[in-house]
Amino acid sequence: MKEATKDTCISLILLAVAMSAIAGLAVIAAFIFREGLPIMFKVGVREFLFSSAWYPGEGRFGIFPMIIGSLAVTVGAMLIGGILGLGCAIVLTQFCPRRLADFLKPSIELLAGIPSVVYGFIGVVILVPLIAEYLGGPGLSVLASSVVLGVMVLPTVTSISIDAIQAVPRAYREGSIALGATQWQTTHMVILKAAWSGIIAAIILGMGRAVGETMAVIMVAGNTLDLPHSILDPVRTLTSNIALEMGYAAGDHRKALFATGVTLFVIIMALNILALMVSRRRARRVGA
Amino acid sequence: MKWIVGLFLAVAAAMLCVSFCPWGRGGRGHAINCVGSTSVQPFAEMLSQEFDALHTGQMVDVQGGGSTAGLQAVAENIAEIGMCSRSLKDDEARKFTGIPVAMDGLAIVVHKSNIVNGLTLDQIRAVFRGTITNWRRVGGEDLPIRLITREEGSGTREAFFKLVMEAKDKHAATALAGAAGKKRAPIRIYRKAMTQESNGAVKELVKHDRGAIGYMSLGLVKGELKILAVDGVYPSLENVTGKRYPLMRPFLYVVKGKPSAGAQAFIDFTLSPAGQQLLVKEGLISVR
Repeated sequence: MKEATKDTCISLILLAVAMSAIAGLAVIAAFIFREGLPIMFKVGVREFLFSSAWYPGEGRFGIFPMIIGSLAVTVGAMLIGGILGLGCAIVLTQFCPRRLADFLKPSIELLAGIPSVVYGFIGVVILVPLIAEYLGGPGLSVLASSVVLGVMVLPTVTSISIDAIQAVPRAYREGSIALGATQWQTTHMVILKAAWSGIIAAIILGMGRAVGETMAVIMVAGNTLDLPHSILDPVRTLTSNIALEMGYAAGDHRKALFATGVTLFVIIMALNILALMVSRRRARRVGA
Repeated sequence: MKWIVGLFLAVAAAMLCVSFCPWGRGGRGHAINCVGSTSVQPFAEMLSQEFDALHTGQMVDVQGGGSTAGLQAVAENIAEIGMCSRSLKDDEARKFTGIPVAMDGLAIVVHKSNIVNGLTLDQIRAVFRGTITNWRRVGGEDLPIRLITREEGSGTREAFFKLVMEAKDKHAATALAGAAGKKRAPIRIYRKAMTQESNGAVKELVKHDRGAIGYMSLGLVKGELKILAVDGVYPSLENVTGKRYPLMRPFLYVVKGKPSAGAQAFIDFTLSPAGQQLLVKEGLISVR
């Protein structure tokens, strides 16, 4: 075979492989929309999204408390995971001896390899009793889920923030130091400003992960149907609603769970597109 | 470059092989799939081990998923035997054959330190409807009651719903039947109840929460929680075998049509004196 033909062959094969991944996405999207959208319109989009009555047995499907639950848990997770992750990224790139950083960074990334059931289990066994004892309430709560998710998103936020910070041209840093700025002044006035959009993208991607996490959240969130009134109240998230009831659901109930999936899908897509836009903007600016 | 392509093709080929290989699933011979209620699952697993020890050459695979999921699996021929922890509903009884293999009590469980020893059926109903929210009102300490329920579709939940939530209302309904089908408020479990997805999760939660109350399979409590008397009857062995305890439900094997020889052998084993003895030893009540 001629080298040129071989090349085309291989590139075609690789294209097919790449396309099959995208086809997967398309099939999933088409499927959940086909299953979920009709019931959304049957119940009424407003009723579905903004009513708090989730009584599948009576044919009433309102997921408002779960949307709020997902948002509350995610915001909490980002407060914890975002601050810790950004802190880690700053320390590892600016203030840490090289060899220590070489050890710490992989350790943080190792967190991503721990199965989420394990996070959930540790949450139930250690965190939940602590919260119940010292802060009151049932322990299973927005707070517990936020802490667990915060740790889970740490690797995502940290490693993408590190990439963003390292992408800042060396000259910025050297220039700043040469002008007499201290290391901390350089970090927060020059480097973080230059890397800002990358850090925002890191946080948004972390949010995507937090919104989508299921297993750990089911275990520590308590899964009530009620709106949470404080961070010590239990909540049910969109993902746990699906996972809890999918095993049994039939008919409209099942479709309503798919519609919950549609809502989740839209939220996560929006977050990802937002992250993409933010990081594109950065790429343009750095390029210019 | 070449070896990457080679490796890639090898992996792809291997995956194809595995997915088509007849021995990819199920191991030796043809295993009977037994799918359904998480309440029945631990007992069925034990039975399947004992059954395996008899060296009949017949494997039994036991999986959880829930009563309704089990029925669905049987309907779709994914499983030969479904496990169900509630009586079949009318339309289900037309499609499937339910074989009672044991009786189980539904235990109302609270934390070990709770000073309440028993509740009436009416009190339990009021508690789970959210009209009684403090233990003080039923003779306990001044502590908020924290409800723990099971997810929609769980056999244990449905049995609880039928035996407790709907119990009195049935009488009311027959009395009112003539009265022009007046619409009553729907019976619901209080929306602040925390939802857990297995007997084990309910147990774990009640074990660590002084204000908690939940319901679960009597056979799985194993002395780690306090069991309440219902209407003055404690679910002791005599009361349960004597059918004095009001909250009893059947454990069923569910089949569609005539079971295969292998499935029949497992069912026969479960109903045999040896099988029944095993179940009794683990806290269930024999159907013999």
